[in-house]
Amino acid sequence: MASASFLKSSYVLKSEWTKGQSLRQLPSSSSVSLVRSRPTTFTVRATTSYADELIKTAKTVASPGRGILAMDESNATCGKRLASIGLENTEANRQAYRTLLVSVPGLGQYISGAILFEETLYQSTVEGKKMVDVLVEQNIVPGIKVDKGLVPLAGSNNESWCQGLDGLASRTAAYYQQGARFAKWRTVVSIPNGPSALAVKEAAWGLARYAAICQESGLAPIVEPEILLDGEHGIERTFEVALKVWSEVFYYLAENNVLFEGILLKPSMVTPGAECKDRATPEQVADYTLKLLQRRIPPAVPGIMASFLSGGQSEVEATLNLNAMNQSPNPWHVSFSYARALQNTCLKTWGGRPENVKAAQEALLIRAKANSLAQLGKYTGEGESEEAKKGMFVKGYVY
Amino acid sequence: MGYTEEIKCRSTLGSVYVLFCVIFLFGYIYLSLHYLTNFLRLADELIANAAYIGTPGKGILAADESTGTMGKRLSSINVENVESNRRAFRELLFTTPGALEYLSGVILFEETLYQKTSDGKPFVELLKENGVLPGIKVDKGVVVLPGTNGETTTQGLDDLGKRCQQYYAAGCRFAKWRAVLNIGITEPSQLAINENANGLARYAIICQENGLVPIVEPEILVDGNHSIDKCADVTERVLAAVYKALNDHHVLLEGTLLKPNMVTPGSEAPKVAPEVVAEYTVRALQRTMPAAVPAVVFLSGGQSEEEATLNLNAMNKLKTKKPWTLTFSFGRALQASTLKAWQGKEENVEKAKAVFLQRCKANSEATLGTYKGSGSLSEGASESLHVKDYKY
Repeated sequence: MASASFLKSSYVLKSEWTKGQSLRQLPSSSSVSLVRSRPTTFTVRATTSYADELIKTAKTVASPGRGILAMDESNATCGKRLASIGLENTEANRQAYRTLLVSVPGLGQYISGAILFEETLYQSTVEGKKMVDVLVEQNIVPGIKVDKGLVPLAGSNNESWCQGLDGLASRTAAYYQQGARFAKWRTVVSIPNGPSALAVKEAAWGLARYAAICQESGLAPIVEPEILLDGEHGIERTFEVALKVWSEVFYYLAENNVLFEGILLKPSMVTPGAECKDRATPEQVADYTLKLLQRRIPPAVPGIMASFLSGGQSEVEATLNLNAMNQSPNPWHVSFSYARALQNTCLKTWGGRPENVKAAQEALLIRAKANSLAQLGKYTGEGESEEAKKGMFVKGYVY
Repeated sequence: MGYTEEIKCRSTLGSVYVLFCVIFLFGYIYLSLHYLTNFLRLADELIANAAYIGTPGKGILAADESTGTMGKRLSSINVENVESNRRAFRELLFTTPGALEYLSGVILFEETLYQKTSDGKPFVELLKENGVLPGIKVDKGVVVLPGTNGETTTQGLDDLGKRCQQYYAAGCRFAKWRAVLNIGITEPSQLAINENANGLARYAIICQENGLVPIVEPEILVDGNHSIDKCADVTERVLAAVYKALNDHHVLLEGTLLKPNMVTPGSEAPKVAPEVVAEYTVRALQRTMPAAVPAVVFLSGGQSEEEATLNLNAMNKLKTKKPWTLTFSFGRALQASTLKAWQGKEENVEKAKAVFLQRCKANSEATLGTYKGSGSLSEGASESLHVKDYKY
């Protein structure tokens, strides 16, 4: 815009392309300004009509002693889970498993929100009750995964970007109608591939657009730029990349007029790469991660629902990491958002058999309670099962 | 030459080359380690000084008025703008018994940095003895940005590194750079925001490289008839851009301080209560300032002495997330009535010092949220210090 006006107001030299046209009169110096930009009125930031509700939702999900159960595995991913216990990937089996999860008695004590996959949001339990209703009764806020997965990013160094903005406004409005109150969008950044400035910018901008659209529809967005574990890099490199990524994310969120009191974050912990020879203790991981958060996260954000899995560590180690982060007060609630770290033992205990449902539900409750204690900084690790201590990293993991 | 001679020549050259490489490599490793340990030591010092400035109960006296600006002050009490008078007034402030206890830092103008008390003691030494960090204004004023409606950017980056080294050697431990933005129909423009944010970031990293804690000051002028909501919106946009720039330039946030305007209605709009100013201001900071920054040192921007203190007090009473200290960096709001009481006369010095002490104590209490309001305000304490279109 500005450059067009510049050409208009500058005098035009006689040249080939002005042949036949009269030379523009040289304007007198007193009346010319070298550059003239079209003034635009500066409007005050528009606020969504859902502002109060968004703040309330975010605060509820970030309540002390509670965290998120991520059960939003796509059908394909859920298939892998079911296959690991010898079950076929049918809608009925997915329904049975999700019913098991949402009906765990007393789950709402330790779980504040559950992220669902689209199918589950519209599903009923095997007893015929709507999944969302069961959750709400349990005092658990239903959430919905709204991204459409990762695809290759053209012009990048073999990196990916996250799809899902098209039609997002109407989809999120429909999800709100169905009972969802928060949303999730997972984009990734890969250190072995750079990350290139393009990939970082795209990840951050996509998150910002998604967040703004969600808030317009009354869904509190969880902002998740995951820095993938794969790689041989050390913890310092992860830290450096994380600082850059989060700086971009918050700048674009601000540009998109996102209400910070109505969002939640899901950062990946700052750890060495999975193939790095130097490992890090939970204290080191906590230290670096807290430093990252202190340097990049505005205090207005109510909750950080991190996934504390690092380098193939087990459910127990994930809980220990969370505990280490909560040893002193933080300006934002630091809690968990776990999928495998909560479901792993439960799934194996169930094995697909109805007679194991109760035991499986108990197993889930144990993990939920442990992480609840860790959120309060009071986890001791007593009474953990062997299964819970087994590592869960899968190289090149594709969701 | 002969074959064997050629071989000998080449192998000599070869070993000389290898020798140079080895020397270069060792030199590089040594310098890198030296630089790294130096930087780490520097980082620790920056973090410690920044944290000290934010000590609860203490704040900054901005006494860095340029010679020209000092002239305006002195002429308001009919005092000649000569070096001895400028020195005398600064001495009055720095030798007020008990005042320095309430100050963690004093920002000086270059001239004052090298001045002494009438007993011959350098001001810098006097301050240091009393636990006050000397600071220095390092910017070189503003210039208009062509193509904008009178918006400005701040100058002073040329040779800044060298100047910082000199200031550090002279005893300074922090620096100040004032960027100015204003609110209007089309202001602040994205150009002005980006340009000023970038300037602040460049200044900040250069300071840190030379051991000075940078005070980052993006002042949004109070001039105008805009509402407090508009001010909040602009402040949040500006601070988001400032922190983006600081992050891009690898500034160590733990070793910086922010000197923002409070969020208030424009000078020509109806006033609001201190509690409202407090709420809007703290919210703006919650939305933009990472917890890593240890303290906010507010500018008073033309508010009266009492107003500035009451607003600061209200912020510190507010029950909300505040992971940084909220304190003051006041110029006019600390000195105005002191200046008036002095009138340039020797016989008024005691009285003027008492007035100054009272303001320092009041603001110290405000940082703790315990200020009860001045029972008997000295002349001028409630007088607005706003000057329309104020030029430093």
